[in-house]
Amino acid sequence: MALAGDSTDYSAIAGGARVEDYFALLKPRVMWLSVFTALIGMLLAPVGLNPVVGFIAILCIALGAGGSGALNMWFDADIDAVMSRTANRPIPAGRATRSEALGLGLVCSSFAVGILGLATNWVAAGLLAFTIFFYVVIYTMWLKRSTPQNIVIGGAAGAFPPMVGWAAATGDVTLVPVVLFLIIFLWTPPHFWALALYKQGDYGAAGIPMLPNVAGERATKVQIVLYTFALAASSIVPSLIGFTGWLYTGVAVLSGVGFIALSLRLFVTADNVKMKRSARTLFTYSLSYLFVIFLALMADHVAQLAGWM
Amino acid sequence: MAGPPVPTLRPPTPEELKRRRRNSIALGAILAILALIFYALTIAKMGPAVFNRDL
Repeated sequence: MALAGDSTDYSAIAGGARVEDYFALLKPRVMWLSVFTALIGMLLAPVGLNPVVGFIAILCIALGAGGSGALNMWFDADIDAVMSRTANRPIPAGRATRSEALGLGLVCSSFAVGILGLATNWVAAGLLAFTIFFYVVIYTMWLKRSTPQNIVIGGAAGAFPPMVGWAAATGDVTLVPVVLFLIIFLWTPPHFWALALYKQGDYGAAGIPMLPNVAGERATKVQIVLYTFALAASSIVPSLIGFTGWLYTGVAVLSGVGFIALSLRLFVTADNVKMKRSARTLFTYSLSYLFVIFLALMADHVAQLAGWM
Repeated sequence: MAGPPVPTLRPPTPEELKRRRRNSIALGAILAILALIFYALTIAKMGPAVFNRDL
């Protein structure tokens, strides 16, 4: 297991990394989706939370996600340096050291879990702690470099936030947050494999066994299509169990059809340049898809509470 | 036996001093926010009756 050596460029980082680099270590662009889904999970819960407590809980979840990001950057500094997508991150670019990332990650994670437990309950805090552990130890340290199923299993880490948000409000986990978990869990493979398809060179250079590098493009496209169908099916489960109404159902069906259409277009595209463009489109769509689905969940919930449905 | 490189002892440059100052300010702000969080959380958990108590 190769670990990146600490930066010895003391002249560049004397005085510590800049505030902006510490913030970048938290992976803010990845953080926002976890925070958003956690917020929706919290707002969908049948038990209301004091707004101050709710705000602090979301802050803790954001901090926990940021801590995971910093720990991921600490461990993956060596492969980040090799990939064009990540070469400008603070550690490979020499703006921060691995020690700073490790310290930041551990402090943020500990405070996030501790304050969430004090603010809400220890079920939510335990789930957050497990999420961080799963992402850092199970996914980053173990699965990512050892199996092409890395993001399938490791993707569970990204699926926990709505469960944490729900648990923060209610103190327990029921069927609905598990369904929300399932939606994100099934969304993760097509999302990351679309990225892996148009960044094959990067992952190959870093030695990461992403599916396109191990099993080839065709096998990856087949898997993307299969997972997309599973995702579309899972997205209507909230309606099947009676949690949502026609508003969400309509959005879920339309969005799911769009996702399937793009995955099928990717599947039939043979030309390499067009395939990469198609993969990139699918990746971008997948980001919007999750946002729209969770927004629709919230809108449907509000409409039901207001008596409009 | 070769060990890790030892930083050269020299006075910090203006850029380094500026960076340390910014980092210190940021840390101070974070500590202040942390104190505010605990204060707000305590008030919130004590409930609205906290403002109606006998002093």
